[in-house]
Amino acid sequence: MMATLEARGLTKVYVTGEVTVHALRGVDLTLEEGELMVLLGPSGSGKSTLLNILGGLDTPSDGELLFRGASLTAASDAELTRFRREHVGFVFQFYNLIPSLTALENVALVTEVAKRPMAPEDALEMVQLGDRSGHFPAQLSGGEQQRVAIARAIVKQPEILLCDEPTGALDSETGVLVLQAIAEVNRNLGTTTAVITHNTVIGGMADRVLYMANGQIARCDVNAERLAPAELAW
Amino acid sequence: MMRTLQTKAMRDLWHFRGQSFAIALVMASGTAVLVMALSTLGALRDSSAAYYRQQHFADVFVYLKRAPERVAERVRQLPGVLGVETRVVHAATLDIDGFSEPAIGQFVSLPARARPQLNQPVLRQGRWPAAVDEIVLNEPFAEAHGFLPGDRIVAILNGHRRELGVSGIALSPEYIYSLGPGALLPDDERFGIIWASRAMLEAAVDMKGAFNELSLTLQAGARPELILERLDDLLEPYGGTGAIARADQISNWFVMNELDQLTTMARLLPTIFLGIAAFLTHTLLSRMLTIERSQIGLLKAFGYSKLEIGWHYTTIVLGIVVIGLLIGFLLGAWLGWLQTNMYTDVFRFPVLIYYPRVEALALASAATCIAALSGAWSSVRAAVNLPPAQAMQPPAPPSFHKSVLARFAWGRWLDQPSRIVLRNIARWPVRAALTLCGMAASVSLLVLTLQWSDSLEYLSRSHFYDAQRQHLMLGMAEPRNREVLETVANLPGVMSVEPMRIVSAELASGHIKHRGSLMGLVSQPQLQPIYDDATKRDLVTPSDGVVLGSFLAAKLGVSSGDRIWVEILEGRQPRVELTVVDTVETYLGMPAYVHIDRLNGLLKDPGLVEYVSVLVDEAEQQALYEKIKEIPTIAAVMLRDAAVASFDDTMKENLMVFVTIFGGLACVMGFGVAYNSARITLSERGRELATLRVLGFTRGEIGYILLGEVALLTVVSLPLGCVLGLGLSNLMASAFNTELFRIPLKIAPSSYALAVTYVLLVTALSAAVVRRRIHRLNLIEVLKTRE
Repeated sequence: MMATLEARGLTKVYVTGEVTVHALRGVDLTLEEGELMVLLGPSGSGKSTLLNILGGLDTPSDGELLFRGASLTAASDAELTRFRREHVGFVFQFYNLIPSLTALENVALVTEVAKRPMAPEDALEMVQLGDRSGHFPAQLSGGEQQRVAIARAIVKQPEILLCDEPTGALDSETGVLVLQAIAEVNRNLGTTTAVITHNTVIGGMADRVLYMANGQIARCDVNAERLAPAELAW
Repeated sequence: MMRTLQTKAMRDLWHFRGQSFAIALVMASGTAVLVMALSTLGALRDSSAAYYRQQHFADVFVYLKRAPERVAERVRQLPGVLGVETRVVHAATLDIDGFSEPAIGQFVSLPARARPQLNQPVLRQGRWPAAVDEIVLNEPFAEAHGFLPGDRIVAILNGHRRELGVSGIALSPEYIYSLGPGALLPDDERFGIIWASRAMLEAAVDMKGAFNELSLTLQAGARPELILERLDDLLEPYGGTGAIARADQISNWFVMNELDQLTTMARLLPTIFLGIAAFLTHTLLSRMLTIERSQIGLLKAFGYSKLEIGWHYTTIVLGIVVIGLLIGFLLGAWLGWLQTNMYTDVFRFPVLIYYPRVEALALASAATCIAALSGAWSSVRAAVNLPPAQAMQPPAPPSFHKSVLARFAWGRWLDQPSRIVLRNIARWPVRAALTLCGMAASVSLLVLTLQWSDSLEYLSRSHFYDAQRQHLMLGMAEPRNREVLETVANLPGVMSVEPMRIVSAELASGHIKHRGSLMGLVSQPQLQPIYDDATKRDLVTPSDGVVLGSFLAAKLGVSSGDRIWVEILEGRQPRVELTVVDTVETYLGMPAYVHIDRLNGLLKDPGLVEYVSVLVDEAEQQALYEKIKEIPTIAAVMLRDAAVASFDDTMKENLMVFVTIFGGLACVMGFGVAYNSARITLSERGRELATLRVLGFTRGEIGYILLGEVALLTVVSLPLGCVLGLGLSNLMASAFNTELFRIPLKIAPSSYALAVTYVLLVTALSAAVVRRRIHRLNLIEVLKTRE
C-alpha cells in the first residue's frame, strides 16, 4: 500500500499575546491509501489541529507534510487552495451547509469547481438522500444535513476525506446513519478517510485508531476486524 | 447607568467602527448641507436686514419720466407714507482710460448739503462730494478698474463730456446685486453706480427742480398694495411706470431669491441624506443585535430590564450620531464659509457676517437623532422583546425558497455562487430594495449636481446665441426717430442694424395682471428675433396682436387665440385689447412681443426707436467702441461677448465649488451604502464564505459571492438613479422657476455617464476595502463554532 498523506515531526505552536500553546509536538503519521482511521482524544489534545494541517487549512510551525510524496510544507495559499479543491473532502461538526442552496445545489457547488466529480444526484443517493435533494438546509434534520455535507465532501471523488466530529452534534441513532455513509464511501470509493471524535466507540469501525494526548500520538491500535457502524452504540 | 454596559457600548462601536464611521459620514453629509445652507441663509438674511435697517432702504420705488419737486409733497401726504425722497437718476456712457469697451455709469443724485434720508450709501473710502464735479463710485466698479479717491473719470452726460473727480467709494443697500441693463449677472467692469451732486445732475440732464425717481418708506402696518395703487394714480401724468414694492426691487429680489434657493436646498438634500442614514443605522443595528442575540438573552437572564438593554443599544446609535454631527457641523461650517465667500463676488455687503449657526446644529441634531433612532427602533424593540431562553438559542437558519428563482427559466443555467447571490437578495427583499434605493439616491444626487452645468450651458447658449444674434445692443437715453438707425449704420464696423422699442406695460387677462414690458420689433427681425426654444424656430412679428413668452402666458392663463388687455405705462398711456398670436419658450424674463409700428402707432409717435441691435465686423470693433463713447444719446451698451464671459466666469467658478461639494457628498453616500451592504453580507455569511474557502473555492470566487450582491444591486440602481436624478432635477428646476429666469431641464448624456461612473468607482472602492477582509477570514475558527 502506498501512503496518501505522510506527516513527519509536525509541530504547531500558537502564540497569542503572552500565551504560547504547543498544539502539536512532533507528530509522525502515515495515512495509507484507502484506510479508515479514527483519531481519538480529549479536547485540547491537538486532533483538530492535526486534521486542519492534514487538510491544508493550516500550516505547521515545523515538520513536513507530504501528499503522495510531494511536500506541502512550503505551499502557498493558492497551492493549498488547489490541494483542497482537488484532493480533499471535509465534513464538519456543524455541517456548514450554505443555507441559500438546496441539498442538491450544495453538492453541485463542489462539482462546479472539481476536476472529475460524480453527478451530484449520485452523491446524494450514496447517502440515501436522493429524495431530499430539493430541500433547503432549514428543511432538513441535523442527520440529513450532515449526510448532505458528506455527499458534498465525496462528490468530487477526493483522495482524502477528513471528518471533524461528524456525529458531535447528533444523537446516536442519527450518528450511526452518518457513520454508515462515511464507511460506505470509504469502502466503495476507496477514499482515504480520517475521522476525529472523542467518542471511543467509533474507533471500532476503523482500520486503525490513534489516541492523541497533549499534542502527541500516545497510542496506535490496529483493529483486526472493522465493525459495521450499525454494530456501534453509545 | 451601568458602567459595564457603557464600556460594552464603546467596544461595540469600536468593533463596528468601519460601518459606524460610514454611517456617521452619511449623517455628516446631511448635517453639513443643513448647517451650510442655514448658516449661509442666516448670514445673507441677517446681513441684508441689518444693512437695510441701518441705511434706511426704501419700501417702495417709483421710476418716472419727470415730475416737479412739489409732487413729492403730495406723495408725502398719502396715508401710510412715512418718508419720501426724490432723486435724479441718469445712465451715461463712461470713457475709461485703458478700457476700450464702453461702460455704463448709472448716475444717482445725492441731496445738496445733506446725506440721503433713504437708501443711504455706506462710504468705504474717501469722503462725500464737496464740489459739484465730484462723485462717489460704487465699490465693485471702482475695484474692477482700480479707481481710488482722487482719480478722475470722463462721462458723456447728455452729450457733453465731463471730467469728474472721484472723492469717495461707497456701497449701497440698493445695489447689493448691481445689474446693468440687459445683463444676467453683475458685470462690474461695464456697469457701475455713480453718486453725484443733485445740482450737477439737474443741470446736466435738464432736470432743474424736478426728479425722475422716488423712494418711500411706509408706516408700520400700512398696506403697500393700496399705497402702490394711489402712487400710480398720482404719478401717471408724470410718466410713472408703476410703483414697485421692495420685494420687486431688482437687487433685493436677487438676494431674496437666493434665500429661497437656500431654503429649498436645506429642505430637500438633508432629507435624502438622513433617510439613507436611517436605513443604514437600521441594517447595522439589526446585524449587531443578531450577533449579540445570546448576549441580550444573558443580560435579561441576569435581570437587566428591557429599558436598560434598549438604552444600551440607543447609546451606540447616539455615539454614531454624535460623530456624524461633529464632522457634519465642522464640514458644514467650512462649506458655509466657502459659499458665503463665493457670494461676496456677486452680493456686495459692507460686512457679510458669517458664523456657523447653532440653531442649524440644533435642527441637524434633532433631525439626525430622529432619523437614526427611527432606523434603529424596530430592531431594538424586536431584540429586547425576545424571551431570554429563546434569545440564548442560536437563531433558526434563514429559510429559503425556490419560488423566486424558479420563475426565471434562465435560473437553471446559473451556477451555484450566482444562485447564492440571487437567493440572498430574494431572502431579504426589503433590505435589498433599500440598498438599491440608497445607491439610486447617490446616482440621482450626482445627476442633479452634474446637470447644473448642462442646464446653465444650455441657458447661456439659448439666450445669448439662439435668441440674440446681435453683437451689441445700444440703448438710447430717449426714444429717437429712425435717423438714429442710419447714424449707427454708418459707424465703423457696423454690418447690420435693427430697431427695437421697449415700453413698460401692464398686461391683463381677467383679474390677473402682470406688470412688465412690451418689446416692439420689425416684421422679420434678424438680430433680435422672436425665438422659440421649444421649436428652435424664429417667429414672424405679427402686424397686429402679441406674442407672449410661455411663462407669461401661463401666468395670465391664456394661449394662442385669447385676447388680453395691454396698458402701456408710458407716453399717452393707451389701453388696448390684443390677440395672443403665439407663445414662445424663453428662459429669461417674461417677454411680450408686438410689431414696432403697432407699438409706435398706439403711442402716436411713429418711427421711434429706443434700442438698436448691431452686427459688428470684429476687425473694426475697437474703432466702433471709441465712436460709441462719443455719441451722447447712447445711455446703454450691451456687449454679448462680455455678457457671455461674465456669465461663464461667475457660473463656472461657482459651479465648480458646488459640483465638488455636492458630488463629493453624493459619493460619500454611495460609498456608505455599498460598504455597509458588503460588510453586512460579510458579517452574516462569514461562516458560509469560510466554508467555501475550505471546500477549495479561491478568494476570487468568494469575492464574487460576497460582492456580487452589492454589485448587482448597484448595476440595477444605475438606470433607476438616472431616472430619479431626472425627476429630482425637474423638481429643483421648477423650485427655482422665477419670473426673471427659469432653469431649463437639460441633462447631457455625459452627465449621466459621469454620475454612473462615479457611483461605480465608489462601489469598487468599498468593495476593495471589504475584499481585504476576505484575506482575514479565519478558516479554522469559523468551522468550530456556530454563530
